[in-house]
Amino acid sequence: MEKINLTIDNINVEVDKGTTIYKAAKKAGIDIPVLCYLNLEHLNIENRPGGCRICVVEVEGRKNLAPSCSTECTQGMVVKTHTLRVLNARKTVLELILSDHPAACLTCSSSGQCDLQDLSQKMGIREIHAVENAKVSTYRKDASPALNRDMDKCIMCRRCETICNDVQTVGALSGINRGFMSVVAPAFEQDLEDSPCTFCGQCVAVCPTGALTPFDDTNRVIRALADPKKTVIVQTAPAVRAALGEEFGMEPGTLVTGKMVAALRTLGFDKVFDTDFAADLTIMEEGTELLGRLTKFLAGDKDVKLPILTSCCPAWVNFFEHNYTDMLDVPSTARSPQQMFGAIAKTYFADMMKVKREDLVVVSVMPCLAKKYECERDEFKVDGNPDVDYSISTRELARLIKAANINFKALPDEDYDNPMGESTGAGVIFGVTGGVIEAAVRTAYELHTGKKLQKIDFEELRGLEGIRMATIDFDGIPINIGIAHQLGNARKLLDGIRSGMYNFHAIEIMACPGGCIGGAGQPLHHGDSNIIRARFDAIYREDAGKPIRKSHENPYIVKLYEEFLGHPMSEKAHHLLHTHYFEKHKI
Amino acid sequence: MSTTFKIQESHIKTIHDICDSFNNDPGELINVLHKCQGEFGYLPEDVQREIASKMKISVAKVYGVVSFYSFFTMTPKGRHAISVCMGTACYVRGAEKVVDEFKSQLSIKVGGVTEDGKFSLDCLRCVGACGLAPVVLIGEKVYGRVEPHQVKDILAEYND
Repeated sequence: MEKINLTIDNINVEVDKGTTIYKAAKKAGIDIPVLCYLNLEHLNIENRPGGCRICVVEVEGRKNLAPSCSTECTQGMVVKTHTLRVLNARKTVLELILSDHPAACLTCSSSGQCDLQDLSQKMGIREIHAVENAKVSTYRKDASPALNRDMDKCIMCRRCETICNDVQTVGALSGINRGFMSVVAPAFEQDLEDSPCTFCGQCVAVCPTGALTPFDDTNRVIRALADPKKTVIVQTAPAVRAALGEEFGMEPGTLVTGKMVAALRTLGFDKVFDTDFAADLTIMEEGTELLGRLTKFLAGDKDVKLPILTSCCPAWVNFFEHNYTDMLDVPSTARSPQQMFGAIAKTYFADMMKVKREDLVVVSVMPCLAKKYECERDEFKVDGNPDVDYSISTRELARLIKAANINFKALPDEDYDNPMGESTGAGVIFGVTGGVIEAAVRTAYELHTGKKLQKIDFEELRGLEGIRMATIDFDGIPINIGIAHQLGNARKLLDGIRSGMYNFHAIEIMACPGGCIGGAGQPLHHGDSNIIRARFDAIYREDAGKPIRKSHENPYIVKLYEEFLGHPMSEKAHHLLHTHYFEKHKI
Repeated sequence: MSTTFKIQESHIKTIHDICDSFNNDPGELINVLHKCQGEFGYLPEDVQREIASKMKISVAKVYGVVSFYSFFTMTPKGRHAISVCMGTACYVRGAEKVVDEFKSQLSIKVGGVTEDGKFSLDCLRCVGACGLAPVVLIGEKVYGRVEPHQVKDILAEYND
């Protein structure tokens, strides 16, 4: 690779040919501000429209300023990133953006986490010139069960459009109209709910302003907690514990399981349970379903549907209901852990506690926005009463903790309640790409072969590459496994299966980058994929530290089957823990 | 006239043929939309959906292009589409008064269609006949040096 030498702010830098000034500066330790540019290196995601012009720099010998995000370095280039000319240009650009942006920072739900606000502070913007009488462009607002769109706050960075189309291949959003009326919206400016949107929320995760925000369920939770007639219980998804600490200034990758439990108890939840318990239950059902299909297949049954596809990720479920309507009988029928938890909580646990279904409120804390949509699905309700009442995101939980004056960092570590708080390492790794299938393999291997695993860690299933493939030896039978995260990669994998290119037995799919650790309900990564990497490592650390690491060895799962469900895939299990899928029409 | 468009089998075939004639290449979307608008007079939602599904692109993308270019329209045109040039030359020679006269004669706004679907009224930019300013086009026919008092007679020519 040809090397390019240049100086940036008098620092000599050597980079590969083709490197942009922005990346070269980063290498030299210089952070040039950006707004529209986004680069998640570990995940191969880049948005580079070169539109906002915040990242301009001065290049010696060049007449105009150069956008550093999209200008390649050349031999001997001399770059200045903070001359008066550059700073003035940036300030002007920012003022122009702000001139068509509502000055609503006091009440904006993105306040404090907004890249635009942050930049305005950094640049010392104290007034916005010549716009006192100007009208700010307004667009129709749209609230879905998972996320809100307030396009008055959109700065047309088009990160959401890139994520929705190029990364997720969902195609719900596109830039429409022109001039001041241009905005990112679904076709015909319809509601997201009428579009092919999967509610993965990755548009929210990359939005640099308050244009795209999660639907806020915190007030409903506060009201339920304040109601003396209600028993309110909470479940926490695996990925939350690896990220919640970031909201309190802790290092990315800090595990805060114990403090989170303590905080939830302080908030007033009657029982603090773990979605990981339900993840173990998912493995029992899904693993059994996989083994059942495999056994039939090996016995020569040609009609059996293989590969089995995981069904834990609600955005993925929405995606195939929209795009693979001919394959609705292929995914596992197992409900997601969130919904399995809700179904067991409102039957088994409610009976145990002698609480009526309607007096039991189940709250989930999820790294995910699609979970908000999932718990509202009709098939997860009994007489209109949902199995899971409210789903709040990691960020919403952080806000609840802050609103309740809880000093999170000073909290002691506490343990989950039983019976639905006990979980294994297999349940924990549900939060990361490759984790669900590794958990399934740990159990399916032992149930199928009757032998103890020599090595519990399946390194070949781990990693952050978008599509991964591995073959696991089931005591002489090679089991082919495919893994994809991000829906665009899922599409590639599924199209490969349709065309007969791949021959898999089981496939795990998660919609978000890195799996649930990169979910849209997690603390914002602001374009730094090292944060996702740190959460990834944290999840495997939590797994390694667990005394029990295989779902079928969870004593409370064993007890649940003995006392209530009978056996995996029993009639009762089918009724409570499995579901079916619907064809969703594209608009 | 009803503005809801129900897509028929024959429409689908027309759309597919147009898409196929451009090899379903997403880079040819503008040409496909141009041809389809020529065929249907406008680009209703169902037509855009069919184009998107045939060309394997998202409906949002198709709508993005349709809403970007002022040439494309999602409202149906009348059987006789009236276009008044509002280019600089026509404008300074009184095109606005001509438009106002059409609006009052037809009781529609610019961009609208008469209830019987006979006339639609639009403004456009320079048709390259500035010497004839102000210029009005009805269908393919060009009227030059139009004065407001002539509008009534011009409309009377179309008594189908």
